[in-house]
Amino acid sequence: MKYTEDHEWLRVEGDLIVVGITEHAAEQLGDVVFVELPELETQAARGDEVCVIESVKAASDILAPLEGEIVEVNDNLSTNPSLVNEDPEGDAWFFKLKIDDMAALDEFMTEDEYKDFIS
Amino acid sequence: MTDLQRTCLYDLHSELGAKLVPFAGYEMPVQYPMGVMGEHQHTRTKAGLFDVSHMGQVILRGPDAAAALEALVPVDIQGLAEGRQRYALFTNEAGGIMDDLMVANRGDHLFVVVNAACKTADLAHLQAHLSGVEPVTDRALIALQGPEAETALARLVPGVAAMRFMDVATLDWDGCALWISRSGYTGEDGFEISVPEGRAEALCRALLAMEEVAPIGLGARDSLRLEAGLCLYGHDIDTETSPVEGALNWAIQKVRRTHGAREGGFPGAGRILTELANGPARLRVGLRPETRAPMREGTQLFASEDATDPIGAITSGGFGPTVGAPVSMGYVPADLATPDTIIYGDVRGKRLPARIVPLPFRPSTYRK
Repeated sequence: MKYTEDHEWLRVEGDLIVVGITEHAAEQLGDVVFVELPELETQAARGDEVCVIESVKAASDILAPLEGEIVEVNDNLSTNPSLVNEDPEGDAWFFKLKIDDMAALDEFMTEDEYKDFIS
Repeated sequence: MTDLQRTCLYDLHSELGAKLVPFAGYEMPVQYPMGVMGEHQHTRTKAGLFDVSHMGQVILRGPDAAAALEALVPVDIQGLAEGRQRYALFTNEAGGIMDDLMVANRGDHLFVVVNAACKTADLAHLQAHLSGVEPVTDRALIALQGPEAETALARLVPGVAAMRFMDVATLDWDGCALWISRSGYTGEDGFEISVPEGRAEALCRALLAMEEVAPIGLGARDSLRLEAGLCLYGHDIDTETSPVEGALNWAIQKVRRTHGAREGGFPGAGRILTELANGPARLRVGLRPETRAPMREGTQLFASEDATDPIGAITSGGFGPTVGAPVSMGYVPADLATPDTIIYGDVRGKRLPARIVPLPFRPSTYRK
């Protein structure tokens, strides 16, 4: 598992990366009430705002961590947005991204580095 | 974060694990560990305790206080009976709203509560037009709201059980005079309690020790008042909106309207009385977004999916935990302000439909 400075986690699954938000981010957001997922087959550039999370407090974006194609989205979040609070680093993944070069993941933080980052 | 003030309950908020944020010049609890959603539901089902000490408390004394205050508000103050409270609005010469407030007749004086962000301006306004204006600076103000508020407070102050909505009374708690009103800003039955600062924390601790009572922050206060269809000054009403545009006609008693015994005689009466007679150009309405996406403050509103010019904007909006769906309030042209009209909000570049609905979103449960 890798972590970004935008509080996303990235998990490798075959030739895809699965993207979600960290428990720390979910706690900061508060109760999530709405998730807007990207369209399938979206070509995302790095830093594109691909998802919107609305909590009781405010709206926040999820950015594409790398350039790639959105090949799968977690429709469960549309019907059950509170999953983001219940299981942010498990069932509440947002989308799967097909990227060209898995080596690009190396630049992101390890779990220990992320823990230092948020402490 | 410079020069933020703290209420006398600051240490208690910290001890309770509150997340504190700047609000109207004060460092105030936005939520406690229970979280906004939990605090909202707790207030709707049990009893929530709010610190509203940042609001302005003012005493108006003198035989002419009621008549003088009446010259500043389109509200019947002279007819307000002793032991009763009423909602009022300071209007300006253009018919806009300078602030909304509560006015209580406490026998030998009037007691006024104004918004924190406006209190300096309100005090100057009052002092410019009335003598005998005494800001109350040594009392905290707390609110206990929810269906179990009476049960909880009556254990300490049995006399509250006999009060009905908008009654005010001075009642004793442990040798301390509490100024209590049966009112609030959540749509729930409940009480607002002005307590000497030196006893405020003890009173809060006595209430929080009860199973029914939990501390509630500004986050849930906002979602509660929004579901109740109540205006937040500076957002849903301001110096540009008239009381009639703000759908606050109910606050203007007949005696102050055209052909009333004390018709007019308040700032902006020309515009306000004309709007009462002929209707306003625009109106505050309730909106239920038809999708799950909340429409928040500032969302531009359109008459159709492809219209180019906005017809209005959302002034308050978010998720309504009790409604279980997003809810918003905003202004639309009066000819569109009919329930079940569909209009469109621009949410992140997409036109999403919203239905105009009557307010409140959730029926209030006042003990009338």
